[in-house]
Amino acid sequence: MPKEKEGSPAAMNRTAVERKSDRELVVTRTFDAPAHIVFEAWSKPELFKRWWIPKSAGMSLVSCDMDIRTGGAYRLVFRHPAFDQPMTFFGTYREVTPHKRLVWTNEESDQGAVTTVTLEESAGKTLVTLHELYPTKAARDEAIAGSAEGLPEQFAQLDELLAGGE
Amino acid sequence: MRSWVIGLQITHACFTVNHMVHYQARLDTTFAALSDVTRRGVLEQLGSSDASITDLAQRFHMTLTGMKKHVSVLEQAGLVTTEKVGRVRTCKLGLRRLEEEAAWIERHRQLWSARFDALDKIVEQLKRKEKADAQRKRR
Repeated sequence: MPKEKEGSPAAMNRTAVERKSDRELVVTRTFDAPAHIVFEAWSKPELFKRWWIPKSAGMSLVSCDMDIRTGGAYRLVFRHPAFDQPMTFFGTYREVTPHKRLVWTNEESDQGAVTTVTLEESAGKTLVTLHELYPTKAARDEAIAGSAEGLPEQFAQLDELLAGGE
Repeated sequence: MRSWVIGLQITHACFTVNHMVHYQARLDTTFAALSDVTRRGVLEQLGSSDASITDLAQRFHMTLTGMKKHVSVLEQAGLVTTEKVGRVRTCKLGLRRLEEEAAWIERHRQLWSARFDALDKIVEQLKRKEKADAQRKRR
């Protein structure tokens, strides 16, 4: 794993990824702002669009429909120059509790994970916990196999980085 | 002979477990699996070609049941994967799966790091805006 420099913003606000079980993955990060601000950036499409796709990914968001309320649907369409067809990600918000919790399904694959985001505010900072739960271990294994083959070339760079990092 | 295969397995297993919560437990399982001479032999064998449990049992002069046990220990440690086709269970090195899982977790970390770094900037802007608005109201 590449080490971040001491004192850099990345070292202070580190994103941690943990494999919780055969079916679960947890991502955590602390933001130096109250929960309502983090929630706003997550739930307003015009703000969400500005951070969801990393610039380095080389992808563009063609459309972004988010009906953020419990039972509402979302649909994100991406394009990558290396692919003719756009990629669509869609699903339903199972729970939307302002400033606290967001739960959505990932329905682009039939064995997609359920993603739960929890915001916990303490002393003006917010701990964001993102939890991905796959329906079965097989579904997660499939996601691993699929991601190794099917994702854009951006990840080839990551793999290089990985290979050189350890 | 093919001890580099085992070396590679250990390197990759350590690399993988590095990214995992159950670091210690996983490492214990891996080293326990590698502590047996027959199981190391099986890994060497699978390093040159996939084999069925029957093949392995014959090659190591063991009963089918005995070999099944060894393979299951290696499987639990993620060092070997097996696949049953018809009545034959074929064993192969589990390295690829381990590598894939490690790479997958690392990709998640990279993706979410990039996303959250960008989110951090937006959150910072919103916070500043909120402060400025509050000050304006007070005036």
